[in-house]
Amino acid sequence: KQMTVRDALNSALDEEMTRDERVFIIGEEVAQYDGAYKVTRGLWKKYGDKRVIDTPITEMGFTGIAVGAAMAGLRPVCEYMTFNFAMQAIDQIINSAGKTFYMSAGRVNVPIVFRGPNGAAAGVGAQHSQCYGAWYAHCPGLKVISPYNSEDCKGLLKAAIRDPDPVVFLENEILYGVQYPMSDQALSNDFVLPIGKAKIERPGKHITIVAHSRAVETSLQAANELSSKGIEAEVINLRSLRPLDINTITASVAKTNHLITVEQGWPSAGIGAEILARIMESEAFFHLDQPAIRLTGVDTPMPYTKSLEMAALPVPKDVVEMTKKLLKVK
Amino acid sequence: YATEAPFETKAFRLHNLEQGPATNTTLSRDDALLYYRQMHTVRRMETSAGNLYKEKIIRGFCHLYSGQEAVAVGIKAALRPHDDVITAYRAHGWSHLMGVNPLGVLAELTGRQSGCARGKGGSMHMYTNHFYGGNGIVGAQVPLGVGLALAAKYKGTDGVCVALYGDGAANQGQVFEVFNMAKLWDIPCIFVCENNGYGMGTSAARAAANTAYYTRGDVIPGIWIDGMDVLAVREAAKFAVDHCTSGKGPILLEAATYRYSGHSMSDPGTSYRTREEIQEVRQTRDPITSFKEKIITANLVSPEELKAIDTEIRSTVDEATKKAKAEKEIPLEELTADIYSLDLEKQIRNIDPFNPLPHKRIGEAVNFK
Repeated sequence: KQMTVRDALNSALDEEMTRDERVFIIGEEVAQYDGAYKVTRGLWKKYGDKRVIDTPITEMGFTGIAVGAAMAGLRPVCEYMTFNFAMQAIDQIINSAGKTFYMSAGRVNVPIVFRGPNGAAAGVGAQHSQCYGAWYAHCPGLKVISPYNSEDCKGLLKAAIRDPDPVVFLENEILYGVQYPMSDQALSNDFVLPIGKAKIERPGKHITIVAHSRAVETSLQAANELSSKGIEAEVINLRSLRPLDINTITASVAKTNHLITVEQGWPSAGIGAEILARIMESEAFFHLDQPAIRLTGVDTPMPYTKSLEMAALPVPKDVVEMTKKLLKVK
Repeated sequence: YATEAPFETKAFRLHNLEQGPATNTTLSRDDALLYYRQMHTVRRMETSAGNLYKEKIIRGFCHLYSGQEAVAVGIKAALRPHDDVITAYRAHGWSHLMGVNPLGVLAELTGRQSGCARGKGGSMHMYTNHFYGGNGIVGAQVPLGVGLALAAKYKGTDGVCVALYGDGAANQGQVFEVFNMAKLWDIPCIFVCENNGYGMGTSAARAAANTAYYTRGDVIPGIWIDGMDVLAVREAAKFAVDHCTSGKGPILLEAATYRYSGHSMSDPGTSYRTREEIQEVRQTRDPITSFKEKIITANLVSPEELKAIDTEIRSTVDEATKKAKAEKEIPLEELTADIYSLDLEKQIRNIDPFNPLPHKRIGEAVNFK
């Protein structure tokens, strides 16, 4: 069965709200408007004002309220219209949610999910086109998920809601409307994916391509094109940015001896940078036949200009060309 | 002795309220002894903390509560066991009143293992049942407090949350954000602005265009209280609890108080105010001295009795101080304990990549299930 990412997220929320009375949604336009991007469609009608709460436009305030409610034992799902606006609230996410368990010597854990679209959308300009993966993945105390397709979104959002620690759940607006196949298992009420485990989306033996979120799509497209040229790329969908499943990556590199990371975020101190550093520090380094390479968003704020915006993010062609370069094929 | 006595408090100032708390109240002998004991213990602990800081046994920050005791003790007197409290970094007194014994507070200050957060939290981060810190980011505890109150309403417990902040934090944007939401949704939150006159070294008048903090909740009812009078605070807090539990939503209390020490121990507290000002408050408005005089005059207690309590508290706090100095710090393995309540990574990266540390679980993780 095919399902859009939006519907997969919606069913995850619906199922978890049915399963656990303590789960509630708080954010801008989540109730009567049915969600700015319709992720929460129908939930207000089904669960009412108590459990689907529209807030004023006041991210720092409602984030703190959600975190406080989690400290008292509820299971809030705190939605941001986009993660760009969560920057207003990042102190509450990192300092209040992420650190309280440690500061209280393991007394007050904070079971909360912060979710919403992350990364570049299309034609929305610099302030609305940014990936926060590296920002949150930097912080101990947080768990960070960056799902790709519908199965990822359903299984990981359910896992995030059930997790007793704060989870940052980074969705992608462009993918909301895209349909992906859902297995029978994924359609069931108890489909939960493990946080912290990557998925090999496509096995291969010549090169390892590691990506998260929409860059997985880019990588898979590139892998298909490479396949027609006889190059079998192994594409790893990270799914989680913290914990980072480095073992799946190193095992793959030991097999393929080549590594490219692909992401839409910026290069400096990014997810790719972290992966390369960890490879450099590990045995996997000795398996590399060529330097590992990052493909990232260009190191610039996002322009509105359509042609420039397209040039600012990695596309399949970038992955194909870099692969050929590393494998020394024409 | 009298078993109880009537007292008159200073007039309250009201905002958006037809009627405020009564200015005449009765105090029982038991409560007189309790409040005296609580205020005195907090004062004594802070004196000890100040000394420990000067001895360089307490590190980093240390914000003393001396002068403000009547605020915490008065509010605590009005709370039920299921009510929550959250405050900022001037948290030692509140931690004690909410249930942490003097050793738990002082050992947290010295960073030793009997600290209520095993010495990992430090001066600004103490926790116990229904007490959520001890928060180090000015103003950030106020939204958290509204969240705690929202949870009480959600669960239908009739509990309230007291969210305290200073006159400095009163200017933070997020405080106004949650005033709005708390009233919009009628959340049972008691906002308490402890106005001690100075946000660090900036006097209230130099930081706020409107220093009538009890009016700054806009449509939220507010009460100005003489925060040096424990009975006035208690009466207002009782009124506030009733207000919240009757479904009327939040209320804002401003307690006019004073801190004798600097903002923190690194601040002598004399460049932005005069020594005479501090002296004058000590001599004319001290919350403990004035209460002591009141209850002796009313024949609720005798000076000898209070003296005995003083002696007892002194020895308890001295004993705790001694222990807090002598105790061990938690072992190195706890560096990587309780980062997560469900640790998905069993190993935490060390300074170098070759000697990872095991993640340990020690604390009870009250929201785990």
